[in-house]
Amino acid sequence: MDSTLLVIQILNGLQLGVLLFLLAAGLTLVFGIMDFINLAHGSFYMVGAFFCATLTLWLDSFLLALLLTLPLTFVVGMVVELLVVRHLYQEDHLQQILATFGLILVADTLVHIIWGPEGLTFALPEILNGQVTVLPGILFPVYRILIISVGLLIAVGLYIVVTQTRVGMLIRAGASNRRMVEALGVDIRYLFTLVFGAGAVMAGLAGLMIAPITEASIGMGNEILIVAFVVIVIGGVGSIKGAFLGALLVGLIDTLGRSFLDDMLKLVLSNQAAETSAPAISAMLIYILMAAILYFRPQGLFPPKGR
Amino acid sequence: MKLRIAVLSIVAALLALPAAAADKVKIGFVTTLTTGAAVIGKDMQDAVNLAVEDIGGKMGGLDVEVIFGDDGFKPETGKQVTDKLVKSDDVDFVAGYIWSHVLLASQKSVLGAGKFLISSNAGPSQLAGKLCNKNFFSTSWQNDQTPMAMGEVLNQRGIKKLYVMSPNYAAGKNMVAGVERTFKGEIVGKDMTKWGKDAQLDFSAELAKAGASGADAIFVFYPGKAGGAFVKQYEQAGLTGKLPLYTVFTIDSIALPKLQKAKMKAVLGSLNTQFWGPDLDTPQNHQFVSGFKKKYGRYPSFYAAQSYDSVFLIKSAVEAVGGNLADMDGMRAAMEKADFPSVRGAFRYGKNHFPIQNFYLRQVVEDGDGNWTTSVVSTVLKDHQDSYVGECKI
Repeated sequence: MDSTLLVIQILNGLQLGVLLFLLAAGLTLVFGIMDFINLAHGSFYMVGAFFCATLTLWLDSFLLALLLTLPLTFVVGMVVELLVVRHLYQEDHLQQILATFGLILVADTLVHIIWGPEGLTFALPEILNGQVTVLPGILFPVYRILIISVGLLIAVGLYIVVTQTRVGMLIRAGASNRRMVEALGVDIRYLFTLVFGAGAVMAGLAGLMIAPITEASIGMGNEILIVAFVVIVIGGVGSIKGAFLGALLVGLIDTLGRSFLDDMLKLVLSNQAAETSAPAISAMLIYILMAAILYFRPQGLFPPKGR
Repeated sequence: MKLRIAVLSIVAALLALPAAAADKVKIGFVTTLTTGAAVIGKDMQDAVNLAVEDIGGKMGGLDVEVIFGDDGFKPETGKQVTDKLVKSDDVDFVAGYIWSHVLLASQKSVLGAGKFLISSNAGPSQLAGKLCNKNFFSTSWQNDQTPMAMGEVLNQRGIKKLYVMSPNYAAGKNMVAGVERTFKGEIVGKDMTKWGKDAQLDFSAELAKAGASGADAIFVFYPGKAGGAFVKQYEQAGLTGKLPLYTVFTIDSIALPKLQKAKMKAVLGSLNTQFWGPDLDTPQNHQFVSGFKKKYGRYPSFYAAQSYDSVFLIKSAVEAVGGNLADMDGMRAAMEKADFPSVRGAFRYGKNHFPIQNFYLRQVVEDGDGNWTTSVVSTVLKDHQDSYVGECKI
């Protein structure tokens, strides 16, 4: 195994991990605090990507587009909460799944109507489009380094907000015992709207950061949302720390599996058998991990305290 | 009272009849109209509508009705919509199909009902060989052929070590098999990535492997939106110039406008092989490309070209039997002659009803108006027949 390649693949795994974290953080907060299953969370990811792509093409500036997209997705998230989601908190999970699945269809169709089926793509500024030497002899795309840095910054910021501020205290309290928080006179509905909007912004940020690498396309959020659910199950539902470590774990396992599994299988299998089975097995790895965790530790690796 | 019952039963009987047969040709066209792959389906749909317009909406004196079906990029949905076209709409021809796995799942519904099935894109090895059928025709190619042409190109250019990437599904496997069949050097690495509705679009891990593999060149097959995503990441990973890019069905008029918008200059000059190109010099191709550009304001893709041909193939069959759609043998004999103006020029059908045709090397260039497109450089394979025809027992 080549150590240069290993370093690059670990960085690639981290990059996938922080993207998953941005999605999973919102998902786990909404699920943990409001006991609400939001299948449409991936739609914010898609909306963020399309807003940013459109604005970049209009304004010819990725940075400006990014700064405008974040408040826009925040507004979209809060509007969705006020109009639809708010009325579903009292319903059971099946109703929530049905309703949010409907939201996915609405979002995908709206995007189809507004932007057409072909998706959007845009150029990165020259400065982000190159490579940088991370260690002697190891080049890595600048933009992917940027994604990792932004993701880690958000993680630290979120940690500080949740552990050090009053809003964070309410969020933690809400996750442990919603009734008690309400009984103490906190307007929990206001808090819910805020948290839902914040979740949407993080998902939108993830979407707009991936758009220059792949593209903004219909249904892009639904593909990654399944993995985000795997992350929160592994990390422990409702736990930010669990979402962070779970996301990094899943990102690394998925990337390293895709990179090295075929070589590893070739040690015990014929070349051809290894080549055909490696892609199938590496696609399954994270689900195998999830099944194992559900069996041995059903509450997840880092469940929130006080449950 | 009795009269009323009689009238009612006559009306009921009339309603139960399949919409008055034989005064129009019904064509079912299955493609992908939702998900991100809808961009391909739309290109095909546009080409079919243009073709119907160009023939004045008539074939052999009959009106033409095209019913589009959406496969949702999924084999099971494709089969359902095919069943509906065959059983409930009672179409005379079923055409379309982008994806090999969708076509394989759907073919039985059409061929089992004794109707004509025309593939406007997918060319899985099974339908060229063991599963070949007298009522199946292709207006495209067998999957292996285009990469086989690319294997020859790689040999000519002195490539010794090759890295191969492709999605992991029926056509992807055929593409890899095709290039392996003709490429004489060593394949130093191969990645088959996840495909379908939740396809893998971030290729960072694979590109890092390819860069470290010591290969002279990389061969990829990524149709639809995955193609654009791949090329962008190829450039971002700094492989331009280090690891020359050779593609099939990846860089086409669907990916190019987006790549141009994203200023991905790495793609200019890259090489691919294909049975057709928008600048191919045939009368039908001039009519098709200029008509398509005029109506839709963009270059047609090869998917569109094949769909356009499908309509003309069907027209040749219907006209040969003078509009008598019950004459299946007559229509089949007419189609076997491939006696219609094709955008690729004249070609013959093999006994498995896949075209025996030329394959060209094409390069990505900027046209006179500053749009990126592909241009034919040379002929790689002449009158090429697929490798599975021997397994076909018709």
